[in-house]
Amino acid sequence: MAHGGRKDSPELPDLSLLKRLVRDQLIYLLEQLPGKKDLFIDSDLMSPLDRIANVSILKQHEVDKLYKVEFKPIISISDQLCFLIRPRIQTVKWICDVVNADKAAGKYRRYKIIFTPQKFYACEAVLEEQGIYGDVTTDEWAFYLLPLDDDIISLELPEFFRDQFLAGDQRWVRTAGSALHLLYSLFGPFSKIYGIGRCSKMTYESWREQVEEGEQRARQAEIGNVFLIDRDVDFVTPLCSQVVYEGLVDDTFRIKCGCVEFGPDVTSSDKSIKVMLNSQDKVFNEIRNEHFSNVFGFLSQKARNLQTAYDKRRGMDIKQMKTFVSEELKGLKQEHRLLTLHISASESIMKKKTKQDFQELLKTEHCLLEGFEIRECISFMEEHINRQVSMIESLRLLCLLSVTENGLLPKDYRALKAQYLQSYGDEHLLTFSNLRQLGLLVEQQPGETLTVMESRVGKLVNDRTAGKLTDAFSSLAKKSNFRALSRKLNLVPKSDEEYDLRVPKDMAYIFSGAYIPLSCKLIEQVLERDGWIGLEEVTRLINGHEFAVTAGGSGADSKSKGDSQRIILVMFLGGCTFSEISALRFLGKEKGYKFIIVTTAITNSSRLLEAMLDNHV
Amino acid sequence: MMMKSKADEEDYWNSSKFKAFAFDDADDDLSKLKESKMAVSSIGPLIDEEEEEWERVSWSGEPVGSISWSVKEMAASNQRADREPAFPKISTETPSLNKSQSGLSLSSLFKGKGRGGNLQSFSDMLGDSALRLYTPELRKPKSEYKDLLSDWTPEETVKRLQQGKAVSLEKFRSLQDKLLLLDLAVAAHDGNAITAVLIFLKRTLCKEVLFREMESRQTALRHLIHLLTETREQRLLLELLRALGRTEEAALLQYKEHKNITDENKRRDFLKSCLSLQFAAEDLAHIQDHYTLLERQIIIEAADRKAEREGKVEIFQKCPRKASILNMPLITTLYYCCFYHYNEPEGTFSSPGNVRQTFKISEKQYFTTALAARAKLKNWSDVDALFSSRNWLGFAKKKSPLSFQRVVDILQKNSAPTHVLQEYVALVQDAELRITLAQKHKCHDIVINTYRDMKDRHLLAEYRKKVERGSAEERKIEELLSNPMAPLSSSEPSWFCCSSQTLGGGGGGSTPQPADDASDVTQAFVGSSSFILLFQSSARTEADLQQRLRRETTDTCEKARSSCYMYGRRAQAAGGDEEEAEEERIKAAGSDLLIGPPASP
Repeated sequence: MAHGGRKDSPELPDLSLLKRLVRDQLIYLLEQLPGKKDLFIDSDLMSPLDRIANVSILKQHEVDKLYKVEFKPIISISDQLCFLIRPRIQTVKWICDVVNADKAAGKYRRYKIIFTPQKFYACEAVLEEQGIYGDVTTDEWAFYLLPLDDDIISLELPEFFRDQFLAGDQRWVRTAGSALHLLYSLFGPFSKIYGIGRCSKMTYESWREQVEEGEQRARQAEIGNVFLIDRDVDFVTPLCSQVVYEGLVDDTFRIKCGCVEFGPDVTSSDKSIKVMLNSQDKVFNEIRNEHFSNVFGFLSQKARNLQTAYDKRRGMDIKQMKTFVSEELKGLKQEHRLLTLHISASESIMKKKTKQDFQELLKTEHCLLEGFEIRECISFMEEHINRQVSMIESLRLLCLLSVTENGLLPKDYRALKAQYLQSYGDEHLLTFSNLRQLGLLVEQQPGETLTVMESRVGKLVNDRTAGKLTDAFSSLAKKSNFRALSRKLNLVPKSDEEYDLRVPKDMAYIFSGAYIPLSCKLIEQVLERDGWIGLEEVTRLINGHEFAVTAGGSGADSKSKGDSQRIILVMFLGGCTFSEISALRFLGKEKGYKFIIVTTAITNSSRLLEAMLDNHV
Repeated sequence: MMMKSKADEEDYWNSSKFKAFAFDDADDDLSKLKESKMAVSSIGPLIDEEEEEWERVSWSGEPVGSISWSVKEMAASNQRADREPAFPKISTETPSLNKSQSGLSLSSLFKGKGRGGNLQSFSDMLGDSALRLYTPELRKPKSEYKDLLSDWTPEETVKRLQQGKAVSLEKFRSLQDKLLLLDLAVAAHDGNAITAVLIFLKRTLCKEVLFREMESRQTALRHLIHLLTETREQRLLLELLRALGRTEEAALLQYKEHKNITDENKRRDFLKSCLSLQFAAEDLAHIQDHYTLLERQIIIEAADRKAEREGKVEIFQKCPRKASILNMPLITTLYYCCFYHYNEPEGTFSSPGNVRQTFKISEKQYFTTALAARAKLKNWSDVDALFSSRNWLGFAKKKSPLSFQRVVDILQKNSAPTHVLQEYVALVQDAELRITLAQKHKCHDIVINTYRDMKDRHLLAEYRKKVERGSAEERKIEELLSNPMAPLSSSEPSWFCCSSQTLGGGGGGSTPQPADDASDVTQAFVGSSSFILLFQSSARTEADLQQRLRRETTDTCEKARSSCYMYGRRAQAAGGDEEEAEEERIKAAGSDLLIGPPASP
């Protein structure tokens, strides 16, 4: 990044330790079932598993064949079956079917289910009901945390969001607490914990209980402070289009478990390639946090440098050439490969974004964030819906309108909903019902005083004018929490000022200077104030559940001056976006902090909204 | 089991002391336990407990809480009187501004002993984690001496549930005990424990009692609903929702079932049966529409399949159908009707007019869809008629409920030829927008005329470089420029500034592109507050990259050509073929842009 910032950032702890631990534990669990066995893996565990083990490790521990769980009858001939799954009822039911089919066929095998990160009673209850409790042994693999990068750890639990915030099922609270406890055991003790949100509080409590249950090993802390935040504290940020490179790549190609698959349009061949995206990729590491508009300049500069480096060999004699080949060429080739890849990816992003009128889309988003020209935004959305442009995009805009305006006017809500159902199918009634339950897309409740006023004025003027007046009154009367928050925290910088994206002055750069993400702003403010003092109005608007606790006693404050105090673990319950991570990295550089982001999963607007669709019955 | 050991007896007293505390010490946090007592004894109207909790339970500076507090108490009285809790307990229910500000200092847990080899020590910890996860005070005495799992108190049972250990719930037989267990699990915020207790309650209580008790326990209720959803106990779930008066939810849940029915006739009948459910008034209209639409789709599908098979209708031969119309959204159906049944009399089920009327489709929506469908067929006279037919003032002017910019967009996405596009670009009111569009779609006349009207000599001169050598356009510009009419001004063209920068340029052999070629890609991406730097082909330094791209261009052009006339799958939801065609166009354009002028061989 081109800006200054403090240079004295502390070193991050080595998170790869987490990988070694879970790998050892997996091996231990596999050894509990000696002999050759076939392993069935939940499809969404494949990528996480890939990050910590490989086939040869599994083979070494007598795993014969590997299968993906596909909810179909199995074809394995092994006499030992091992299932590595998330604790889901549907999967357990399938295993019951497998076992019962074997029983019916008179086939004898040994079965083991390894639940990760933990088992649930509801799953065991299914085993019991299906009459195979005892035929199957169960185990837990405490694979809570997967480091995706030097500063990102994921629980890889995308369902956390829907379960916790839509269904209101708190099954993952303990899991989150345990994950935090694991980090505490390895990198703690923590001296301060801040948080906001109901789930954050519960997670804190769960963690605290586990600390008390366990034995304390005092040591030098590597992570000093923790910030817990619920996703539903800030829905605005994940609903915005991402324009920072890493976020844009995620929005366009979907980064899965730190890995992206570039299709033929990027590779310019007939096959796709998978690429790891992390700080090891030197080119990526330099552009990941940049606004997309800077990426081109950077890449072309890089390309020029590369050309110069290649050109060096022109005047070389044999000896120099030899040195060049042995010392530089490999690095240059590697860089060349990466550069080609990111250039092609950027091109592909450009093409896709051009196609979908990205500029207009961004303009609409920015208007919504500013609360400006809302009528125009609504008609833009209507056109979007009428033309059956992407179903998720349309939904995203509707939700953004609702969360920034504190709900839609009843007549808008009805009209937009009707058009949406016409364009994308009536079964989206279920989607709307979910979104309403979550509070993401709701109807405004008109105030009573307003109605009185309206009817009085309404009598004086004709119908059409009355309609316009209603709009005017409503927009005056409604108290949008987001607007108030935005004013209190200065989330939307003044639009008349020039914003130089190459030298960003605040976190707003991640949204082209149009909006500072609420989640990150809260973190900044709380760290600055060392608590919530002075933010009472803000927390009231967010609906509270904020806390700030200190581990007192002699132990903690003796080291509170150390580097660890500037290492802050931020745990997002319900997911965080790459844009938020970029914003926090920026904040860290400005203030001399280092952030480690722990999230239940990496999310973005599409994942957030897809979780609200009722695709399964 | 027969003879209680001494340790066992101590244990007994311990837990009894604990129990006594739990019920006698009136404390805010314990109110929940009291409520469960109340709930069983009172049959009167039940207040919403969750609401109550928010009000009553306050954040307390003292680490006082029912379960963990008591566990701590025991810890203190047992072996570790010297140990204080590290972090304060906070109420998970109620925000309290003042107190949460102050961090509490309670710990002696953090005494620095120096760190052991962390990997080793932690692996150890994981190895026997099953043991270490016990609270010490529960672990040693109980696990060693107790014979029966059923000796656990409700508090201990919930604690064990939280820790994922085996428990026996059978001994909780009175309603009071069962509910106490449930409330303790809820107080522990552990969804897994709550669900475990609910499964037990579901097995051992009759529905009526279970449902009744759920009414005042919103958190538990949500867990129960989620459990029943996951185990697919649809019938019980519906009963539960109805018992609680949540009829709208029940109706939606039942409606959702239609997705499981694959046979279209059965699905239609099922939707019809849904009409009698208690939906919200507004939703009922949508369900009605859903039913009517499917009913109609079945009729159209049967007729069209037959027509297609018999091969008598030209349009089906020319543009064979890619998919059945069944279960498609309304607008897709309208598009289909505009495509295949455009000129049918209004009386038929498949005529666009009839569809429009039946489902009360807005004028703008109808217009948009018809325009796209007729443009797709390249039926430009139909397209034209769409505009003029709504003009009753002598056909003097084209009118559109859609902005002309949007119209051009739709036409262009359906590969309308320049002369058609030109007609509509000219109707765009805003001059600047008109020029942008005209340049994008190479409607030279419009650009030239607009510049002429603006009397901008400089822009005209600039534009001359972009038109083909020796073309009629060039001649026209020459003429204008040589014509000593009113002085043409010479302002800078503002919308080019972003693209005039030249980047890269090593030894790749390519030269920078003319700025305007890139501008359509670039401008579309310009954010509200910044210009994007133009990325040009010259950034690619390697000849092989160039070659690769050239190949790609040829490929995509071919693809684009072959896909031109087909009725692509206008798949559900996504914009379907319209987007696909556009994709091809951009691919071609984009590659064009990146290739640059013919590279030397």
